[in-house]
Amino acid sequence: MQLTVNGQMQLCNDDTTLLEYLQGNGVDVKAIVVELNRTVVKADDFGTTVLNDGDVLEILQFVGGG
Amino acid sequence: MEANNNDALVIGGVSLTSRLFTGTGKYGSDTIIPDVCEASGSQVITVALRRVDTNAATGNVMQHIPEHMQLLPNTSGARNADEAVRIARLARAAGCGDWIKIEVISDNKYLLPDGYETAKATEILAKEGFVVLPYVNADLYVARDLVNAGAAAVMPLGAPIGSNRGLMTKEMVRILIDEIALPIIVDAGIGAPSQACEAMEMGAAACLVNTAIAASGDPVAMGRAFGEAVRAGRAAYLAQTATVSTGTADASSPLTGFLGGM
Repeated sequence: MQLTVNGQMQLCNDDTTLLEYLQGNGVDVKAIVVELNRTVVKADDFGTTVLNDGDVLEILQFVGGG
Repeated sequence: MEANNNDALVIGGVSLTSRLFTGTGKYGSDTIIPDVCEASGSQVITVALRRVDTNAATGNVMQHIPEHMQLLPNTSGARNADEAVRIARLARAAGCGDWIKIEVISDNKYLLPDGYETAKATEILAKEGFVVLPYVNADLYVARDLVNAGAAAVMPLGAPIGSNRGLMTKEMVRILIDEIALPIIVDAGIGAPSQACEAMEMGAAACLVNTAIAASGDPVAMGRAFGEAVRAGRAAYLAQTATVSTGTADASSPLTGFLGGM
């Protein structure tokens, strides 16, 4: 299936959870915040959130800023 | 740090003994941030939210921020109120607390903030329980809109972001201090401790300094210098600086009883 992740098209296997997707892409799940189709996903729900074709993900982290 | 609890700055129910806010941008290495926090005495620190680049390993700035610091995430990157609101909600969801610095900029040359969009975002987020600190031009009408929108403070710029040009908006900031009942926190443009001190002498509630510390030759020492300058300026404000004489001169020593006089 196809996802849009941080504005880029990405391919992903069916029945993948958000947690599996993040870990599979080397993302440190403790340091991020995720928005799925414009709704914030709580970190506790990463493992039970199953991704679907056409989902739009934003994966963000805190960086230095003023 | 010398604490004077009688002169605490209270924002969003949080009592601050330091009136210097610092940032986390532009450091050569984020590992220096704890030392800057300690040397400066700052208790409030800004961070930004950005997309993760899965192709490049980046450090996590949060691991370098001491636990006692009040986090102030900003909405940098937002070009309108909706984007600012979205970023604020994400920051809160990330466990960053309720404080948010609204920064709405669509002008890429001077990076000047959009007062109208900022006021709209402030109104929405204040109603959602955020402690909203909007970054704006030093404009009385925008500041009044922010008061009505529920802002916790108003943060006028001293000069364009990162310019280190100092308190170029001094007279307009003075009007905000005089007219607006909220804390006025000078944010952006302050390049030297003397400029932060000047803002505090005028009655600014606090100063937010990032570039001038982070891009200095010695950020820890510069952080300490800014901490001292802000304290000195605040002390001078409380002590009520003497009146400026616009005439010729006003002798400090008596003008009578000179040696050899009549």
